[in-house]
Amino acid sequence: MIQLVWLVPVLPLAGFLINGLFRNSLSKGMTSVAGCGVLLASFILSLLIFGEVRHEGFQPVTVTLFDFISAGKLHIPFAFQVDQLSILFLLIITGVGFLIHLYSTAYMHEEEAPHFARYFAYLNLFVFSMLLLVLGANYVILFIGWEGVGLCSYLLIGYWFKNVDYTNAAKKAFIMNRIGDFGFLIAIFWMINQFGSVTFGEVFGQAHDAPVKVLTGITLLLFLGATGKSAQIPLYTWLPDAMAGPTPVSALIHAATMVTAGIYMIARSNVLYSLAPLTQHVVAIVGLATALLAATIALKQNDIKKVLAYSTVSQLGYMFLGLGVGAYTGAVFHVMTHAFFKALLFLGAGSVIHAMGGEQDMRKMGGLKKYVPTTHLTFLIGCIAIAGIPPFSGFFSKDEILAGAFAKSPIYYVVGVFTALLTAFYMFRLYATTFLGKFRGAHDLENDRGRSGIGGVDEGHARSALHESPSAMTIPLVVLALLAAVAGFLGVPEAFAKNSHWLGHFLEPIFAPAGSTPVEHAAEGGVSQEWMLMGISVAVALIGVIAAWTRFSRKPDLAEPTGFGKVLANKWYVDELYDAIIVRPLYAISKFLNNFIERFIDWIVNGVGRLVQYGGRQLRLLQSGQVGGYVLLMVVGILALFLVELFVKK
Amino acid sequence: MPINYYIFLSLALFCIGVAGVLTRRNAIIIFMCVELMLNAVNLLLVAFSKMHQHALAAGNPSAGIDGQIFVFFIMVVAAAEVSVGLAIIVMMYRNTHSIDVNFLNRLKH
Repeated sequence: MIQLVWLVPVLPLAGFLINGLFRNSLSKGMTSVAGCGVLLASFILSLLIFGEVRHEGFQPVTVTLFDFISAGKLHIPFAFQVDQLSILFLLIITGVGFLIHLYSTAYMHEEEAPHFARYFAYLNLFVFSMLLLVLGANYVILFIGWEGVGLCSYLLIGYWFKNVDYTNAAKKAFIMNRIGDFGFLIAIFWMINQFGSVTFGEVFGQAHDAPVKVLTGITLLLFLGATGKSAQIPLYTWLPDAMAGPTPVSALIHAATMVTAGIYMIARSNVLYSLAPLTQHVVAIVGLATALLAATIALKQNDIKKVLAYSTVSQLGYMFLGLGVGAYTGAVFHVMTHAFFKALLFLGAGSVIHAMGGEQDMRKMGGLKKYVPTTHLTFLIGCIAIAGIPPFSGFFSKDEILAGAFAKSPIYYVVGVFTALLTAFYMFRLYATTFLGKFRGAHDLENDRGRSGIGGVDEGHARSALHESPSAMTIPLVVLALLAAVAGFLGVPEAFAKNSHWLGHFLEPIFAPAGSTPVEHAAEGGVSQEWMLMGISVAVALIGVIAAWTRFSRKPDLAEPTGFGKVLANKWYVDELYDAIIVRPLYAISKFLNNFIERFIDWIVNGVGRLVQYGGRQLRLLQSGQVGGYVLLMVVGILALFLVELFVKK
Repeated sequence: MPINYYIFLSLALFCIGVAGVLTRRNAIIIFMCVELMLNAVNLLLVAFSKMHQHALAAGNPSAGIDGQIFVFFIMVVAAAEVSVGLAIIVMMYRNTHSIDVNFLNRLKH
């Protein structure tokens, strides 16, 4: 069965080809079946493979398809690696991906058939690239998938390409990612130079002999790639803008899967990172700073998707903190639980937007609890999960990262807990503003409707248009809500019961070479300390929830922010800062080059042309057609040669 | 007789030929001047040939004979050239009703 692993990415590729090539002739129903069917098949196949990988003492299997690059001593096979880490990501991607495909069939139903098929083609291509990314047995295959998901992200953010703002957001995402990819590419070249190979096993095997400086350089460059893809400081600004894409895309690409590619890559390279302590510090600090910064921004956003976007950036920061402190299992665990609850939250937000007829501003919502009961309930579960209240999944994964941070340095822990407080606060601000209180949007609803092409509402009173979404949208919500609620039990801390951390044991073969697994940390710290840390995080989360609930459930945050709040509402002016220190100087330089350097070079090039033209015009006069003239010149030439012969040449 | 006289005579004839080609416009005169140049060279060849024969005569009866053979070749070629050249001049006259070379300043008519 494992030898058939290549089918897992090939099926979505087939879906992409079917939907892409026949988009003009396929009906929406056919497109939905093709788009979702391939994902379901991939998911089932992944489950079957998982059944084999699950066994105790499973050794990683490499499935080589063909020789991809063979140059001199360097051989890069097109190979897939099946092990505990890749199968886990495989399940997340195909499972959550299938649910989101299913959801999309209803969410995108207003689109015309060719565009509907285009959407599913992009989505399938994305899943193919993402599977390539996690299955690749070397950095080059990983990089192919890495670039593929970047491309699909670009295509899907700019899906409504007639809107200039959306295409600008798409370009921003793509260019920001390119900056990171540059680091990744250099790291691959350096690896080839240092190890003569890019295959995971060979690189990790030789890593112990390499100088620390080299490893630090390689890992820092890889981390630069990860900051681009996973939206960390300084390259995070593209992710909030990426919300221009359809909401299911935000759920799948910009929350659940693609943005975790950086985490996957670093978790995969854990051997290298553990040998470069400096990089680990950088990763932890950048992750922590991003988590805190994004959480503060999320406090003051009013667009429902923007809040979730900053929350995603913040949670990704958590994962990087986990990676930086060596809690690799915790980070991967958080990737998994985050995929569930954040996909749930985004899909819930999509359902709300669908019900509101395209409105995304929370200030125009409120009191939606009674209009969309299923969405409301599932959304609440998502909020509780992300806030970190036991026994929902977010608590376990976040707590594991925080425990790892505490073991490394209490400062990391304090900042992490403070961020958790902010997280609970802004998530329940979002919840209370959207679902509690009174409905506020009735008369404003019609103006903005149809902005994103989801105008599923008939003309008439907006209040009557508020409706629960169709079952194709609510079923994924319910499934994800269940997962978000119970997934945490895959990694129950050792403090509760011995050997209860199933995920930790499952991933042990991957992270064991790196030395420190969080399971051991818990053992070192002692059980009482573990209980104390958990108590603190739960208390903090509850404080955040209650504070937000009491403050916003009746009187939502409608006033224009002032003072510090305004700074937060304007995202710390980071976009403006980048604009001032990078974009505008770049424009100035290009303008200078265009007006001066370019003109000078043009002058030289045109000058040469004009000189030749002028010379030709003058020389043409010699060709008068007068035979006498030619003969005279011939005689003069002969005489000249004669004189040279006589006097010059001795 | 010293060789110098022959050289000077030949040079003079050659220069007259060149001057004639350069200055005259009548195709027949130009043609004659070309012949004059050819014959100036012939004269020189014969003169040098004779000179070498005197110098090398001792054990080599055929010394310097090359020059005279060249002269015959040149005369043969010149005869062929005259026949072609005169034919060209006749054709030229038929086309332009003149034998002034300055009328022939274009490749196409």
